[in-house]
Amino acid sequence: MKCIVCVNHVPDTEAKIKVGADGKYIDKTGINHILNPYDEFATEAILQLKEKNGGETIAITLGGDSHKETLRKALAMGVDKAVLLKDDSVRDSLSVAKALAEELKKHSPDFILFGKQSIDYYNEQIPGMVAAFLGVPSVTSVVKLTVEDKKVTCHREIEGGQEVVETTYPVVISAQKGLNEPRYPSLKGIMASKTKPITEVQPIAVAPAVETITMIKPQSKQSGKIVGADATAVPELVRLLHEEAKVI
Amino acid sequence: MKILAFAEQRDGKFKKSAFEVTQAAAGVATKLNAELITVVVGNSLDGILSDLGKYGANKIIAIQDARLDRYSTTAYAKVIGEIAQKEGAAIIFFSATQMGKDVAPRVAAKLNAGLASDCIAIRIEGSEVIATRPVYAGKTLIEVKINSPVKIFALRSNVFTATPKDGAQVIVENVKPELTDADFASKVIDVKVAEGRPDVTEANIVVSGGRGMKGPEHFQLIEKLADILGGAVGASRAVVDAGWRTHDEQVGQTGKTVSPTLYIACGISGAIQHIAGMSSSKFIVAINKDKDAPIFQLADYGIAGDLFEILPPLTEEFKKLLGK
Repeated sequence: MKCIVCVNHVPDTEAKIKVGADGKYIDKTGINHILNPYDEFATEAILQLKEKNGGETIAITLGGDSHKETLRKALAMGVDKAVLLKDDSVRDSLSVAKALAEELKKHSPDFILFGKQSIDYYNEQIPGMVAAFLGVPSVTSVVKLTVEDKKVTCHREIEGGQEVVETTYPVVISAQKGLNEPRYPSLKGIMASKTKPITEVQPIAVAPAVETITMIKPQSKQSGKIVGADATAVPELVRLLHEEAKVI
Repeated sequence: MKILAFAEQRDGKFKKSAFEVTQAAAGVATKLNAELITVVVGNSLDGILSDLGKYGANKIIAIQDARLDRYSTTAYAKVIGEIAQKEGAAIIFFSATQMGKDVAPRVAAKLNAGLASDCIAIRIEGSEVIATRPVYAGKTLIEVKINSPVKIFALRSNVFTATPKDGAQVIVENVKPELTDADFASKVIDVKVAEGRPDVTEANIVVSGGRGMKGPEHFQLIEKLADILGGAVGASRAVVDAGWRTHDEQVGQTGKTVSPTLYIACGISGAIQHIAGMSSSKFIVAINKDKDAPIFQLADYGIAGDLFEILPPLTEEFKKLLGK
């Protein structure tokens, strides 16, 4: 079984985001980057698939040299090898998905896992687009995955519940929090990751369709009223919500 | 020019977001002097279609088939994509719901169209649709335009207004889709509905608890308040990671992004990751012991006190007000 995880290299969740000089993208000075948290669930999932079914695991990312750090993290968790689609240009989801799909075709994977979304652009688009370009089914926002013979059963999160989806592989799956507990890289894994191969590939160039015109810092709110410090403030709080804010 | 709006239904009922997306698309169609076509996919939906007229739909294409009764990513993407191609749609609107976010990327790939996800505002500049969308979980916003011939926008739930007006007569065109087994490569075989409260992403009111709740057993205070208000229960990451609440309630950068009318944060100090997920709430109330907690900088109203003393009378006071 061949399982591939597509990962992304994103600013740490604690990063304070500042608009950069170009007014379109963030100022990356001093920002730590991490393996996208949702991609950790996806990486754990392919490691478990391999442990159960044998085969090979690969991590793929698209980006500049700094993305190698994130590939090393996946390798340290236990992924066998990695591919960097080396490209620093500005892309949108459609152009990333086309480049990933071209690369994925070369590997004929059985399972292609993604994190549900990247915590930078929150697009939630690439898994579905890649699946469409490969002509395979996709199941997004997956919190439970079981594979038996050729049958794949996924629980995917929907508003107020879950859908149970049946499909076959090859398949694209996007991982939601809850799918598993990602393992921490062991010291042995970290040492081994340094010698595991990262292949560099020139991805196909595709002009982005979605163009950022401007990045705006949301208006910071005026701090509101502290109504009180104990239960005596409760009637006033309720009055304000009812009469002033008119939300109740 | 033609504009398509996909109006999502589940179990033969339109989601509120279906009305929001129809009304938003109708507004854009008016401004661009375009024809709006509202697309509905499912089975046995004739009885509800006229509801869309109250939100600005006048032409509806209903794609109905017994096999479309339940959602299927591949089949829904195929029928929506085919209608968009047949009609020559230049702009397509989806809701950024779990269904919309699942199907829109496949439709976008089929039509080679740029897709702007999770838009919180749209405006027209000349003949261009400009969308505002949060990035970095709302720590900042971007304005985008789409340069491909077909442009797709998915609109966040609970942000766009859906105000019913006296409906115009709707014209319904029924389309019988051509579907094969291969179109159902993925199939929903069961839906497990969580009982009771609404989902955090859909609720008008969210009552959230953080580490200040001190233990899972105290969440009944949050639940009682949420139930009186007809709201959802939310949780901070710390609480979910500690196993006190399930991850589907987590609000924040690695959880759900919510935009309710009222967000009540109880025992939540306001870490940057949490604020990222709830800062677009229209009104924020904070109840926290520490008067210097960052959450108060964001809150419209706050009580800087012990939530264990405040939540029970607060629940009672709302009960009285709402006559429950």
